[in-house]
Amino acid sequence: MKILTTVRRVPDLDARFSLNGDKTEIDTEALDHKVNYFDEVAVEEAIRLKEKGVADEIVSVCIGSGNATKELRTALAMGADRAILVEADEKTLDPYLVAAILAKLVEKEQPDLIIMGKLGVDFENTQVPQLLAGMLGWPQATFAYSTEICDSKVTVGREVDGGTSTFRLPLPAIVTADLRLNEPRFPSLPGIMKAKRKPLDTMTIEDLGVALEPRVKTVRFEMPPEREAGVIVADVAELIQKLRDEVKAI
Amino acid sequence: MSGQVSIDELIGWDSLLTDDEKEVRRSVRRFVDSQCMPRITDAFEAGRFPEEVVAGIADLGLLGANLHGYGCAGVSSVAYGLACHELEACDSGLRSFVSVQTSLAMYAILTFGSEAQKQRWLPQMAAGKVIGCFGLTEPDHGSDPGSMATYCVKDGDHWLLNGSKMWITNAQSADISVVWARERGGAGRILGFLVEKGTEGFEAVGIPHKLSMKASFTGGLFLNDVRLPESSRMPEGVGLKAPLMCLNNARFGVAFGVVGAARDCLERAVAYSLERKQFGVPLASKQLIQAQLAEMLSDIAKASVLSVHYGRLKDQGKLKPHHVSLLKRNNCKIALDAARTARSILGANGITTDHHVIRHAVNLESTYTYEGTNEIHSLVLGEFLTGIKAY
Ligand SMILES: Cc1cc2nc3c(=O)[nH]c(=O)nc-3n(C[C@H](O)[C@H](O)[C@H](O)COP(=O)(O)OP(=O)(O)OC[C@H]3O[C@@H](n4cnc5c(N)ncnc54)[C@H](O)[C@@H]3O)c2cc1C
Repeated sequence: MKILTTVRRVPDLDARFSLNGDKTEIDTEALDHKVNYFDEVAVEEAIRLKEKGVADEIVSVCIGSGNATKELRTALAMGADRAILVEADEKTLDPYLVAAILAKLVEKEQPDLIIMGKLGVDFENTQVPQLLAGMLGWPQATFAYSTEICDSKVTVGREVDGGTSTFRLPLPAIVTADLRLNEPRFPSLPGIMKAKRKPLDTMTIEDLGVALEPRVKTVRFEMPPEREAGVIVADVAELIQKLRDEVKAI
Repeated sequence: MSGQVSIDELIGWDSLLTDDEKEVRRSVRRFVDSQCMPRITDAFEAGRFPEEVVAGIADLGLLGANLHGYGCAGVSSVAYGLACHELEACDSGLRSFVSVQTSLAMYAILTFGSEAQKQRWLPQMAAGKVIGCFGLTEPDHGSDPGSMATYCVKDGDHWLLNGSKMWITNAQSADISVVWARERGGAGRILGFLVEKGTEGFEAVGIPHKLSMKASFTGGLFLNDVRLPESSRMPEGVGLKAPLMCLNNARFGVAFGVVGAARDCLERAVAYSLERKQFGVPLASKQLIQAQLAEMLSDIAKASVLSVHYGRLKDQGKLKPHHVSLLKRNNCKIALDAARTARSILGANGITTDHHVIRHAVNLESTYTYEGTNEIHSLVLGEFLTGIKAY
């Protein structure tokens, strides 16, 4: 069985963000990047399925700039067998386009199972897996906390509001990883050394025959307003006066 | 950290590192934060090495990481150094454990051992299943190991060992001890032996009452008519040169590592000085405090960049003993100074283990002394500069 996992490169959320001059882009140049955490969980799940003897090949794919080979090497160091980088300027992509690119890649690779992070921690769109399932006409189980493969079916425990639900899907299928699915391993030093020799192919969007026509246009970013320091009031009267006259809450 | 940019960025050393070296650093940092930091204070206070992290350290491939073959990862010296740096940002005891296993015990077996010894011990040691220690120092012979009193005599096709070793890291937990002894009779050569735990006449005893390196095992080895077959002797380890080669190798990891402790102290001092208000303003807004932080940072930056440079020389086979002395002496000194400064900036809070800097400070007292004291390395450099031996 072949598993495809997606690996997205996201900025370190602890970093200090800034915007470009006309506020149409987040300045990501100076930021430290890493693998989207949910994608690490997805890769880990694929590796565990391989370790159980269920899967025999894990292919990790990233759509992004050449810098993203670093994140793909992380997946290889964890235990993926090979990696594909689809080169693209991330700023020109939207969820629909990413799903369309992945759909073409799935045609080429013919995986039996796709495991993806449930969302990207930067924009939290939560759209690509669902769009991809729609385009491929494959069944999907999102927000997985457990997976089990038996008789060409995947059984997925899902976290839903107020409880859990269990889906059994025929393969091929798409599963998205939630936080509690597993705890991803840290790439070991021998793993990091081995990753350097694993195949990492690069292709372009044109190679896959996808037209670069994003449907979402970013108009503007706005930084959250700076939090102002609180004030200490002397008594209830002053509090009420401030709530009424300054904050206009009452 | 709560300042403007990370210390790594202020040092600006990332451009000197390869992607996989950065990956090693990230992986070890995450391991340390999630597995070691939550345990270290309790282990330190209890005076025990946190043995429960050994499996994780081995799974990461940190044991014997920069050695090649026999189940070792074979990473660059810089990658290994960065791993030491991250471990020591948690505690010098953790890094000492890895240093002794990797650069003293495993390195000795790899460099001086027979093929049978390498195959028997190294894969197990890389997997953390066999723990090693390295016995050179004695109760009466520290800086001058050449005058060691532990001796070995040939007894048929066996050897008889007598004497004692002191201040030995991992002594109590070691399954295999590398022991250096002087040959009685003949040429009086220094020879290296592998002594297994449980060998008759051999005993390892912990040293109590330590106030430094409390999260590391330190003990004494006692050899009383220990009878070993010739196959327990490392055939290529002959002369004082052999243990000194091991030490030189280990000093590199020590020097790279201690800067990690210094970095942790700086990060904690910055964070604390921003939070702590005196005279109505954060301590960080005082010029005297900023000057102290700047001093720590510039010491750390210089030590970090020099460590990487010497790591590259090491991999090119161009690192000379005087480079190692310079690096060990410099880095242990600036790390200890940084820890003391951080302790001062944290005021009374700085003396509690809750705030970690005092733990670093007392640990770094040991690093100042072991692997060649600060003074001995000064004398090495002095000899190189003047041609005059002043030991
Ligand atoms: C926590 C810890 C772990 C250790 N682990 C190990 C280990 O795993 N294996 C091992 O073999 N050893 C180990 N050691 C021992 C360590 O290497 C020695 O402590 C060190 O070599 C110094 O020896 P000493 O303590 O006997 O000090 P001494 O040699 O007695 O030195 C005392 C002081 O005199 C100074 N001095 C000595 N000679 C001169 C001179 N000629 N000129 C000027 N000043 C001089 C020294 O610099 C020092 O300040 C460890 C020590 C510690 C503290």
